[in-house]
Amino acid sequence: MTGLLSVGRVSKRFRGLVAVDNVSFDVLEGTIFAVIGPNGAGKTTLFNLIAGGMAPDQGRIIFDREPIHGFSADAVCRRGIARTFQLVRPFPALTVEENVIVGALMHRSDVDVAREHARTLLRRFDLFDRRHRPASALTLPDRKRLEVVRALATEPKLLLLDEVVAGLRPTEVDRLVTILKDLNRETGLSILMIEHVMRAVMALASRVLVLDHGSVIAEGTPETVVNNPAVVQSYLGAEGV
Amino acid sequence: MPDIVARLADDLSLRSTLLLAAFAVALVAAPWFVNDYLLTVLIVILYFAYTGQAWNIMMGFAGQLSLGHAIYVGLGAYVAAVLFTRYGIGPWIGLLAAIPVAAACGAIIGFLAFRFGVAGVYFAILTIAFAEFARIGFDHLDFVDASAGLFLPVAQYAHNDLWRLRGSPTMFYYVMLTATVLALVLCRLLLRCRMGYFWLAIREDEQAARATGIDTFRYKMYAVVISAAVTSFAGVFYAFFYNNLYPENVFSISRSIEMILGPVIGGVGTLFGPILGAFVLTGLAESVTSAMGAFGFDLPGAKQVFYGVCLLLVVVALPEGVWPPLARLLGITRVRL
Repeated sequence: MTGLLSVGRVSKRFRGLVAVDNVSFDVLEGTIFAVIGPNGAGKTTLFNLIAGGMAPDQGRIIFDREPIHGFSADAVCRRGIARTFQLVRPFPALTVEENVIVGALMHRSDVDVAREHARTLLRRFDLFDRRHRPASALTLPDRKRLEVVRALATEPKLLLLDEVVAGLRPTEVDRLVTILKDLNRETGLSILMIEHVMRAVMALASRVLVLDHGSVIAEGTPETVVNNPAVVQSYLGAEGV
Repeated sequence: MPDIVARLADDLSLRSTLLLAAFAVALVAAPWFVNDYLLTVLIVILYFAYTGQAWNIMMGFAGQLSLGHAIYVGLGAYVAAVLFTRYGIGPWIGLLAAIPVAAACGAIIGFLAFRFGVAGVYFAILTIAFAEFARIGFDHLDFVDASAGLFLPVAQYAHNDLWRLRGSPTMFYYVMLTATVLALVLCRLLLRCRMGYFWLAIREDEQAARATGIDTFRYKMYAVVISAAVTSFAGVFYAFFYNNLYPENVFSISRSIEMILGPVIGGVGTLFGPILGAFVLTGLAESVTSAMGAFGFDLPGAKQVFYGVCLLLVVVALPEGVWPPLARLLGITRVRL
């Protein structure tokens, strides 16, 4: 059975360094899939290969029964994969509402219609009161949420979250986790996330892939993965066990 | 059509509308109250307001810095002037030829830059290179009388011929005023449509814009082409207003720089910034020149020094330009003007 997103034997080298080495996995429709691993494991590279703008040296990435490897980032987004950035990048001088309108205009040509859609999303994500503020004036948790809303406004089938809770306080992490969980349950949105914060991974993901030095060292449910000796070793080092 | 007119002002407060109306009435009435010298100054101001607005489409909206916009003015001017002097074709038909020529030139520059990833400072340098290339090229192009310059038969002021753009300064004033208003209307409509939002997104963060599904190459191309096309009319006007064209003059880099001072001082990316900037800059520069003349000083280059000082003051004290703080002072917020 193949999933909504199917990554097959994908590799990417940077000169001598193998950043992603023969990685395969499937994200099933309607599920939340997490990719974890220590720093430098190749998570972000893998993410960029899927999100477009960077082509794999080998392997295939199939989304919605269509190959998308080597596509530009905008083409990938138009096919239904929206992403957030690890270091948040809302359009700073635009207002919160305008940020979301840009996303909503992906599938709408009329600005007023897009604005209505943007407002619905902003209400849902608790940013409606701040809609006329410039995005640069928001706090970090708000900017992270705004970036998720902007991505959602493009009506993706798959949402890519790049360390979306990094840098947030535990209460803020829980808040965002709740939002994402509700979203997944209510709309059936599939999510692929890269995450360091295990609190969020354990709460959200139904399946976890662990990368180390570019290759897959474990895949499974969150519970089995965290108890896997190879995973513990890669995180804590051999002596730490 | 009424729909578009209604949309133009549907989000303006009564106060902004009244201010706008007062400003418009003052401009329309101006020729009855000013002397010939002041009228010429006003024409120059409107000319810079117009070209600033056109340049702003590229830089202010889409974030692509052009430092060679004189190329589009020059092309527009030469196309219309050649058609007029050699073939007796009037400026309005000439404009129909000038627009595609300038737009095609913009498309070539844009394609080369955006396809091969020339961005930021390097893009700006590329635009300078093209303008310089045009200057040197036209300087050696015998078909347009090379460096000797191209001259239009001097206007008869006896009666105004709008179709052939021959006539009094008052006629030129109203032509430029109409063009400036149309450019303002066009820019407002552009900013409020889908493409306008995409441009702002590209200006703010191109990579994030691409991740939001925007085909940045395509929309940057639109920005360059539209900006070039709008700018070309300024060239047609220039040719028929000044009646002489020297490549050394129209294509020179100082022309390109002059063009961007208005929007930079008024506020890049705003609709009224280029207009206000043109008034502040040219208005004050002319006042300084005539004040110095009254006291018996005649210093060539004083205007340029004045431009430099103005630019310095604005960059230091009002980095977003004169218009945004003024707009807040007037109570205009939440509307992109």
